[in-house]
Amino acid sequence: MSAMSKQRKNIFYVFLVVVATIGKVVISFLESMGKFAVFLTNLLLSIVIPPYYPRQIVSQFMEIGYFSLPVVALTTVFAGMVLALQIRSGMGSMSSESLVAPIVSIGILRELSPVLAGLMVAGRVGASMAAELGTMKVTEQVDALVTLSTNPMKYLIRPRVIAGTIALPLLIIIGDIIGVLGGYLVSIYRLHMNIGLYLQATLSNLVMLDLSIGIVKGLCFGFIITVLSCYHGLSSSGGAKGVGKATTNAVVASSISILFCNYIVTGFMV
Amino acid sequence: MLDNTNPLIELRDVKKHFGSKKILQGIDLKVNKGESLVIIGGSGTGKSVTLKCILGLLKPTSGEILYDGQRIDHLSLRKREDVNSKIGMLFQGGALFDSLSIWENISFGALAKKQVTQSTAKKLAIECLEKVGLDPLVANSYPSELSGGMQKRAGLARAIATNPEVILFDEPTTGLDPIMANVINDLIISVTKDLGSSAITITHDMNSALKIADRVAMLWDGRIIWQGTSQDVENTDNPYIQQFYQGCADGPIDWAKKKF
Repeated sequence: MSAMSKQRKNIFYVFLVVVATIGKVVISFLESMGKFAVFLTNLLLSIVIPPYYPRQIVSQFMEIGYFSLPVVALTTVFAGMVLALQIRSGMGSMSSESLVAPIVSIGILRELSPVLAGLMVAGRVGASMAAELGTMKVTEQVDALVTLSTNPMKYLIRPRVIAGTIALPLLIIIGDIIGVLGGYLVSIYRLHMNIGLYLQATLSNLVMLDLSIGIVKGLCFGFIITVLSCYHGLSSSGGAKGVGKATTNAVVASSISILFCNYIVTGFMV
Repeated sequence: MLDNTNPLIELRDVKKHFGSKKILQGIDLKVNKGESLVIIGGSGTGKSVTLKCILGLLKPTSGEILYDGQRIDHLSLRKREDVNSKIGMLFQGGALFDSLSIWENISFGALAKKQVTQSTAKKLAIECLEKVGLDPLVANSYPSELSGGMQKRAGLARAIATNPEVILFDEPTTGLDPIMANVINDLIISVTKDLGSSAITITHDMNSALKIADRVAMLWDGRIIWQGTSQDVENTDNPYIQQFYQGCADGPIDWAKKKF
């Protein structure tokens, strides 16, 4: 009898620990959501209030846009190449210029170029942004800005968000071109397809939606990546370890969020 | 303490809690115009929190902070900018912006407030560098190229560049060798005398405190437990001050032992 009641007590105790753990996770999740909501509201409220710091916007645009070109170009060109190979192999004897070309361009323009560019920028820019802002935070440089009558939201965050939101659609357009080119090269030189038929199949199947869907995704992804990375960077605390954690959080959160957002945008637009 | 009726900065029963941790439990403090106040106290007693409350980086849980007779603790960030433009701050690690050169750092506040044009900004920066005894040649270097002591001087140059009415110093001598610490002390005295500014310094370095203070206040357990002039520090029989002054492990202050 006593053994059984003891066992029951133990089970009850384990149950309590499980509930407490879940509760803690839920509470800290809600807490961070609340903090993020405050951050986002402050950012959006300050979006129209000068000063604008155009030099910051330009230098961030170079950092996010221009210096991401090589990675985006490399990832999309390989994606286009591999797509052409796979369709050929998957479709077997059915595959012809009129099948491979449109699938490559739809795949690249609508999905692969936006998602790959987004993930690459999230990894490259998100990490460096969170690390830079995190270091500024823990070495009191952010506090120093406030004491010098400068609003960190306007000086640090807004230029990054504006630059990122403009840069990513442009990167995606460039990725579109390079990705389609990759598919073209493989189809012509490896699969020995007909150049004229391939080009005609590519161009005649293009619609405006293919391009605009990428641009809308780019606007959303650019905003999401920069806002999340800035948020995680600025909320880091506790020295080098805190900055490392913030960097990881920034990359993970922006990667997951853009994939989620990718589905939502696609669902709305097609 | 001649002008006691009209202090420049006044803290009235300021409390600051972080969750269940009560860091400040009711601070009452006055700083008069042109006066140099030093707040001493051990690590973790709330010195930095006090400074951050004055700067508006933290909002007090309760209590009032007045600047020149006006309440400033509840202002929005935008209205704070006007008040903060009258306050200079030297951070513990210098907190220089490492993406900007030294002269851009120093003239940052003046440029932000449009006190100077781009072209005169560098001239202003070099003037400030000379005031803190740095070679004008370092104007074009970046903070990471300077030693710790030089970074602190550059930070001081940035703090005085906007001609503030009050300068806050966060542990100005921590991490410096004794000679450089004294150089910084002298700089603080000369800079505040030249500008006629008030100064609030937080430190646990007693030599530095006695040297730069007109008045010393001791912070312990979230409250100001003692105030007096530098001479009073040496003569008082307050056990807390005596222990802190002499650096004994035994006495009423037991934080050093608590940790073990």
